[in-house]
Amino acid sequence: MLELTVFSLLNGLVYGLLLFMLSSGLTLIFSMMGVLNFAHASLYMLGAYLAYSISLKIGFWPGLVIAPLLVGVVGALIERYGLRHVHRYGHVAELIFTFGVAFLIEESVQLIWGRQNVDYREPAILAFPLFKLWGTDFPAYKAFMLAISIGIFIALLVVLTRSRVGLIIQAAITHPNQVAMLGHNVPLVFTGVFGAGSALAGLAGVIAGPSLGTFPGMAAVLGSIVFVVIVVGGLGSLAGAFVASLLIGMLQTFAVAVDYSLEDLFKAIGITTGQRSALSDLYTVTVAQIGPILPYLLLVLILIFRPTGLLGKREV
Amino acid sequence: MTAAIELVDLRKRFGATEVIRGVSLQFSQGERHAVIGPNGAGKSTLYNLITAKYRPSAGSIRLRGRDITGRKPYEINRMGLARSFQMTNIFPRLSAFENVRCGALWAMNYRYSFWRDVDKLDDVNERSLRILGDIGLLSRSEVPAGVLSYAEQRALEIGITIAGGADVVLLDEPTAGMNRSETEQTVELVRRMTQGRTLIMVEHDMSVVFGLADRISVLVYGEIIASGPPDAIRGNAAVREAYLGEEVD
Amino acid sequence: MSALAPASARTRTTFVRRNAIWWLALLIVLLLPQLARSGTSIAVLNQMCIMVIFSLSYNMLLGQGGMLSFGHAVYFGLGGYFTIHLMKMASGGGFFMPLPLVPLAGGVAGLLFGLLFGSFSTNRAGTVFAMISLGIGELIAASSLIFVKFSGGEEGITADRTNLTAFFGATFRHELQVYYLIAGWMMLCAWLMYRFSRTPVGRMANAVRDNAERAEFVGYSQKHVRLLSFMGAGFFAGIAGGLFAVNYEIVTEETVNLVSSGVVLLQAYIGGVGFFAGPIVGAVVYTLLQTLLSNYTEIWAFYVGLIFVATVMYAPAGLTGIIMMHLPIYRAGKLRSLALPYLRVGLPALCCAIGVIGLLELLHFLSVRAVGQSIKRLFWVRLDVDQPLAWLVFAALALGGFVAARRMAPQLVSAWDAASRHAFAGRER
Repeated sequence: MLELTVFSLLNGLVYGLLLFMLSSGLTLIFSMMGVLNFAHASLYMLGAYLAYSISLKIGFWPGLVIAPLLVGVVGALIERYGLRHVHRYGHVAELIFTFGVAFLIEESVQLIWGRQNVDYREPAILAFPLFKLWGTDFPAYKAFMLAISIGIFIALLVVLTRSRVGLIIQAAITHPNQVAMLGHNVPLVFTGVFGAGSALAGLAGVIAGPSLGTFPGMAAVLGSIVFVVIVVGGLGSLAGAFVASLLIGMLQTFAVAVDYSLEDLFKAIGITTGQRSALSDLYTVTVAQIGPILPYLLLVLILIFRPTGLLGKREV
Repeated sequence: MTAAIELVDLRKRFGATEVIRGVSLQFSQGERHAVIGPNGAGKSTLYNLITAKYRPSAGSIRLRGRDITGRKPYEINRMGLARSFQMTNIFPRLSAFENVRCGALWAMNYRYSFWRDVDKLDDVNERSLRILGDIGLLSRSEVPAGVLSYAEQRALEIGITIAGGADVVLLDEPTAGMNRSETEQTVELVRRMTQGRTLIMVEHDMSVVFGLADRISVLVYGEIIASGPPDAIRGNAAVREAYLGEEVD
Repeated sequence: MSALAPASARTRTTFVRRNAIWWLALLIVLLLPQLARSGTSIAVLNQMCIMVIFSLSYNMLLGQGGMLSFGHAVYFGLGGYFTIHLMKMASGGGFFMPLPLVPLAGGVAGLLFGLLFGSFSTNRAGTVFAMISLGIGELIAASSLIFVKFSGGEEGITADRTNLTAFFGATFRHELQVYYLIAGWMMLCAWLMYRFSRTPVGRMANAVRDNAERAEFVGYSQKHVRLLSFMGAGFFAGIAGGLFAVNYEIVTEETVNLVSSGVVLLQAYIGGVGFFAGPIVGAVVYTLLQTLLSNYTEIWAFYVGLIFVATVMYAPAGLTGIIMMHLPIYRAGKLRSLALPYLRVGLPALCCAIGVIGLLELLHFLSVRAVGQSIKRLFWVRLDVDQPLAWLVFAALALGGFVAARRMAPQLVSAWDAASRHAFAGRER
């Protein structure tokens, strides 16, 4: 039981921080430009695939640096030549545009790398168990992921609170129009933020690829969860995104470990359930099995009862 | 007779600032009442409070004796109160005719009907055409409202407001941005359309105010400093002082 | 039609005109199988008709109501599931249930779930609505893999459509009978959806889309108007799902998932969401692209994506919008003046397209080829992927075509200006 809890905590932390790396970029982009970037998860996928190719030709570590930069450039180009053009048609059109871009990126990846899973591996130097607790290994690579995620988190904190660029971004998050009137080159800031956010997504892909798998469906798997994170955390709130990332990361990780269902609960109280029917699935299904839908349930509940999210102040 | 609209110690604060500071006012049924005041006095806020765009911080609003404080805009409209907007608030992709028709549909009891063909509703269509004629847009009836000129959109704005035949009509600066002749036409239109109804008007143009209003209330810094017939207001020293020369000859 | 004519007279002539289009459409739909005799063609037509209903229902939300949904397949899929369960239950003639009535089960399911999910989704339109729809879409799609008794899990649920009460002797074993069933429902649904848009609620749906605040101030609750549209859209999507169950005799998670939702958005948008006929055009074009293109290339989805993004960026009114754009010019008789400029831009653009397609196909070939394989057949020519020649030729076509098209563009623009001036000059009287 303790073993399960400790490992779930660790794994949940790794997963949650990864979610934060993705959702922080998305939050920055949304806060500044008011557009929810549907293509964010596909940029994550692009990062993983690029890092894979680079790791084949040159090595894992160059890939760690180059791939996010490439993805950042792609993101900046999307903003400069695509989003900026569509902006005049309104928010709905922007959303549809980023949806189209997401689709296009996912198809491009399959065009270039094929439809099979791709064998993107962690570097040999990290392929060992870091420690062993109660008979289960904790891979060093996961610790590496943790280290990078925490490093990014600290870097983000420092840049946003102590650098000039960070202050401008913070201001633009809450008062975008005023910032423009203060004479800052807002279009350039927009392109920069979009590029930086994309690079973050790409970095998340680079480090997650070996662990979570690099395959054509990887954007779809994480994409919706990231949206849940930022809505639950509160659109436009980085702190909210952090809290929600960890919350959902832990929720999903712990749920997988819980192999009980409502029926077990009934049995414990002393109620026996009858024969199988179409509805019997509702109480025989275990918490582990409904793990995948828990975030979406949370999303729907939040949107009904607290539409501004946990820590958000802006209603969309 | 019950007042058409009664405001009882109405207050509104935005954050720490109290913009409407205890307004108590009665608007009699069938009268034409203008609310004037310097910029920033809170006229728009007062207006938005009555029409339920904002929620009061304190106090109450009664429509023909019924408390409407905190109700939703559509509930208040269904009880017979219609408003126009200062920033033109039309349906840009619908034609001018359709705009006016939308203003009349609920009031003429068609509500949420999803089984009747709107083109066959002769009563709504005839009324809409008539109003279009009254506001001078008959020749532009099929034009998408977003394409109309500014003055045409202001006229359409009034048309949508009165299409439902509401008893109490609130107009927010109906002649804003108009030239002399357009203003005169609009005043005539408003006079005709509000015959027998209660009109509450926020206006800056003093000739319109003094030409149209039966009673005038003056709002300064969120408080009513004077309220009465035009002559009384014209001669009121406090009003003169507040306006600092913004007088009409 | 002058606005000065009394409303009823004006209604009469447009009523006749409008009706004519429907009779024409009915005629075409009835005669279409004569043109497309083979089994595969009928299958394509069936798919097309189902997609037409689905896309039209989607446009009740997007084009008519201003609500962007990323989870409309929920109602399509749930309609399919409920219908196929009904088909299973009625199989063997247990109770009176002729096949043509079966899609109604899907419709009712779509309507009720539309009410359920719409009750909290429709408070706002815009981004919040889109996010809720995404969440519900994922919720239902994931649930369908978990609640296996209802959904059959990954394998889905199957049924036999030929085993129900015979309908005037028809058991729907033959594809053609299925076509007429589906086409009949399509005509009915399209007509009903069009009629809905002409009712007070339908008009107010447009009004709420344009300006929700103003709609409230003329007495309509924006939420209630949106909810009614939402339920209607769910109803017709459910019918489409029911017809899907009838046609394919299987419903799986794919029917209800986000890919399906994405496809209907794609179809409606490419066709043009601002016009009633837009989604019809979009569904037809998409189905054709899907079935025809996939015979020639593996990356047809990429091309569709490219077309979609291009539509969003440069032709947001969709294909129908482009056609309608030419209507005033056609009416003024000036269409011919555009022929030559179009050709001047079109031919280089075509070369550019060929070049781009060639490069993409070669690139794709590199990733999927077997070891040692180097010949690819493209545009009826055998090309050696390892030699630079093919690459250079396609690159040259792409670049050259692009540059030439750019150079010819101003001529097209000025021809358009001249034609437009001519077309609209008559109106300013």
